[in-house]
Amino acid sequence: MTLLLASETSSRLVHLSPVDLVIIVFYFGLVLTIGFYLKGRSNTGEDFFMAGREMTAWIAGLSFLSANLGALELMGWAGAAYQYGILAAHWYWIGAIPAMLFLALVMMPFYYISKTHSVPGYLKLRFGESSRALSSVSFAFMTVLMSGINMYSMALVLKIVLGWNINFSIIVSSATVAIYVTLGGLRSAIFNEVLQFILIWAGALLIPILGLIDAGGWSGLKARIATNASAEYTHLWSTLGRFDGNPMGIHWTGIVFGLGAIISFGYWTTDFLVVQRVLAAKDLRSAKMAPIIGAGFKMIVPFIVILPGLLAIAVLPMKLTGEAQAIATGGHSYNEVLPLMLARYCGPGLLGLGITALIAGFMSGMAGNVSAFTTVWTYDIYRALIKKNGSDGHYVNMGRWSTVVGVIISVGTAYLVMDFKSIMDYVQALFSFFIAPLFGTVILGMLWKRATSQGGFWGLLAGTLSSIGMWAWVKVDPTALRYVALSPHARDMAENMYRALWSWVICVLVTVVVSMLTAPKPESELKGLVYGVTEIPSEGDVSVFQRPWFWASVVGASLVAVNIFFW
Amino acid sequence: MKTGGSLSIWLFIGFSLLVNGVLIFGAGVYQVFHPPMEKVVLFQLHANVWWGGILAVIGAIYCIYFAPGKGRV
Repeated sequence: MTLLLASETSSRLVHLSPVDLVIIVFYFGLVLTIGFYLKGRSNTGEDFFMAGREMTAWIAGLSFLSANLGALELMGWAGAAYQYGILAAHWYWIGAIPAMLFLALVMMPFYYISKTHSVPGYLKLRFGESSRALSSVSFAFMTVLMSGINMYSMALVLKIVLGWNINFSIIVSSATVAIYVTLGGLRSAIFNEVLQFILIWAGALLIPILGLIDAGGWSGLKARIATNASAEYTHLWSTLGRFDGNPMGIHWTGIVFGLGAIISFGYWTTDFLVVQRVLAAKDLRSAKMAPIIGAGFKMIVPFIVILPGLLAIAVLPMKLTGEAQAIATGGHSYNEVLPLMLARYCGPGLLGLGITALIAGFMSGMAGNVSAFTTVWTYDIYRALIKKNGSDGHYVNMGRWSTVVGVIISVGTAYLVMDFKSIMDYVQALFSFFIAPLFGTVILGMLWKRATSQGGFWGLLAGTLSSIGMWAWVKVDPTALRYVALSPHARDMAENMYRALWSWVICVLVTVVVSMLTAPKPESELKGLVYGVTEIPSEGDVSVFQRPWFWASVVGASLVAVNIFFW
Repeated sequence: MKTGGSLSIWLFIGFSLLVNGVLIFGAGVYQVFHPPMEKVVLFQLHANVWWGGILAVIGAIYCIYFAPGKGRV
């Protein structure tokens, strides 16, 4: 181990003291302890895959958000903020909050009342087996791929920051996640995600606090950014009137309709990675409150992710570049923003906690992917297509084994990424292939009782294939960008937004047309699945402060306020 | 929320904050009396002393509040 650790120490960014190492080792010990402690509570399928459906709103809500705070989220968006300025915050505010509130108030009752164990499971109940098969296979494929990306990102950071060998980092982190998820199932993943969420904040919060002191407060920060980059970097909306008027090369329609209306709603309401956490809530009110609590915290995550990226523009003495240029010149890349800021402000102890925060983020993302994969594989693929009549214990054993296999496939993916680094970009594109059309299918299924099984399947397939087709079209003929993204000046991020929008529109159109040409299900079969034929249970006689709509209104008003403040 | 047996997840979180806080606070106090040759930016604020102290106090409160046998979840 010493050899592995020391093999690449020459290029390290920071040097850990003994107390930093103790903090990191203590973290690994604690997550494993929680896994072993919960081993006795994961013997049934309901316990292993759904955490017994007994989580409080706070646990489910923090876990819901933590599962999303993975490698790409922490490191990637801090780097994006350095590259694109405060525009990156759109992915936290308009690109997340409305969708999370919509999930809580509109969609959660149907997921919860139907007692489904997964999003593909809901599609089975609403549209039949073919829609479930299509969505579960694509989801399983995407999930292990994303888990591998998470793993590789973490190993790369540990190599750059600490000089640790990539193989050592991958083996230790993946083995730790495999052990605690295999032992305790979803309950262990959720509890560790809550711990990881707290540690992420404890380790990362000092960077913006000290950074703002260093930069002379918000006004000092803006003045320095205007000098070092451009004043446009601190405006959220006022530069979005033209594609070439802002650092991201995007128009406000892409942000509002592509990101705000389609991609974010697709991700936050139909990606089982996050929805699974809320399905584990103990009752409907908790299930509705969990995404609202998550939304409240999501509002302030930019403080530890976006703000450090902006502060880096103002205070770092060196200029960061893209990955390829950084490797060629021996400089630092955008993705190293957080470690560079950690190294700038954090002494012994704090550095260990900051590194722990990064590792915790990576592990929560990885565990989220692995536990979601395990459930979809076992219930929606193995039980549905391979072995239909196994015992509950058989499926729990399959869940444990598929956790291990999922981690092993993720490790393989991590090594694949090393050889094909551009796959990071492809994964983002692949992600949008499946999520945007899936949202079209699920939302029509929930809100329109006339949607038929055939309509759901063909709409989902058409949306997915058209998204892949548009991506391939631009790859083969780059000038096609002017049609897909409405402008030849659009960049990758803008292209993703518009491709998602069109694939959603195609999915909805095909679903509607095919549904109108085919026979609908009788209303008696739609109870508990569709708006208009489902009685939503009362929240009981509780005060206004305990009602989900009240807190959703508070979060919604805060969203409007921050967008106006940073206009 | 209870974990497997009788322990709350918040107890684990409190324990983690307490241990990390004490370690960071201790490292910070040591640096006050033995300043390093290469100092971080804003070293004079001694962030590890007060941040470690804050984490330790919050962690201790959680450990006491969610101690086993108190029935809190």
